[in-house]
Amino acid sequence: MNRFLWPLIGFVVLVVLLAIGLRLDPHDVPSPLVGKQAPMFSLEKVGAPAQNFSPQEMRGKVWLLNVWSTWCVSCRQEHPVLVEMAKNKALTLVGLNYKEVRGDGAFDMDKIAPDAERELALKRAQAWLKTHGDPYTLSALDLDGRVGIDYGVYGVPETYVIDKAGLIRFKQTGPITPDVFSGKILPLVAELSK
Amino acid sequence: MTRRILASLILVLALLAGAALAKEAAPLAPDEATEQRLIAISSELRCLVCQNESLAGSNAELAYDLRREIREMIKDGKSDAEIRDFLVRRYGDFVLYRPPLKGVTLALWFGPALLLLGGLAGLILYLRRRDKVVKDVPLSVGEQREADRLLKIQGPQQ
Repeated sequence: MNRFLWPLIGFVVLVVLLAIGLRLDPHDVPSPLVGKQAPMFSLEKVGAPAQNFSPQEMRGKVWLLNVWSTWCVSCRQEHPVLVEMAKNKALTLVGLNYKEVRGDGAFDMDKIAPDAERELALKRAQAWLKTHGDPYTLSALDLDGRVGIDYGVYGVPETYVIDKAGLIRFKQTGPITPDVFSGKILPLVAELSK
Repeated sequence: MTRRILASLILVLALLAGAALAKEAAPLAPDEATEQRLIAISSELRCLVCQNESLAGSNAELAYDLRREIREMIKDGKSDAEIRDFLVRRYGDFVLYRPPLKGVTLALWFGPALLLLGGLAGLILYLRRRDKVVKDVPLSVGEQREADRLLKIQGPQQ
């Protein structure tokens, strides 16, 4: 009896460990920024070029920062969820348009001048929001992806929930699904807004 | 003969023209020392997009951007530790191939050694117990005779 019991226990432990290991998503890297101050920046607005946006303006509000791009396939998948979310007036959704032109493999950046890049990015972003609906209060234009680096962006879309004091409270890597929205984001925003 | 010389001359000229037309390879970097340090630092860092590649070897867009940032920090005179810290603050310990020793990484650092020690202890215990169970019992005279008889019967047949 004892002879078979221990190998059996070992086997069960192994199966449990493997089952847990297979369920883990290696791309879901916990962000060290959760609980920290949202990095500051000042970037041009997509909807109103020549005007800048800074997270400083959002002090005292609970808001979401969603990193997006027109070339990003998962963002297209996420977009209808965002449009649906925006119908909820309790949410403030700010977009961060990430590397609109240079992130798109279709362009040869050696042939695009800096001014032309900015104009092309604005045109593409504005056109996208016009055709697919604009869920954002505003979007900021992060042409070279530097602000993205400060926020630890490594795969668009990513979304940050930022509280009244400017602290990042939650990060979603990858598209927001209706489940994540109703299960995590909405309750968190409601609690932070109290 | 002259024809052959002419032909080889044309061939050489054609090759030269080809070489002149080809785009010259861009130098690795204007600054060799910066590039060496960049490689030293970034090969110790993990690329977050292709997680099995180092930041030095990855072709992912983000890796290009981060190498650009590191290059600039090197030019600004930042130390290796400051550069690593810059990345850890943004992407977490996950970017380090050698994770720091702290509470959550204790199992990672000492787990394998503990498992090995546990295995050795188990093996020693098992062998000792078996020594006690399996006793060396000398054969009685009758048993010895029986064994000899069996060996004699089997012997020639082999």
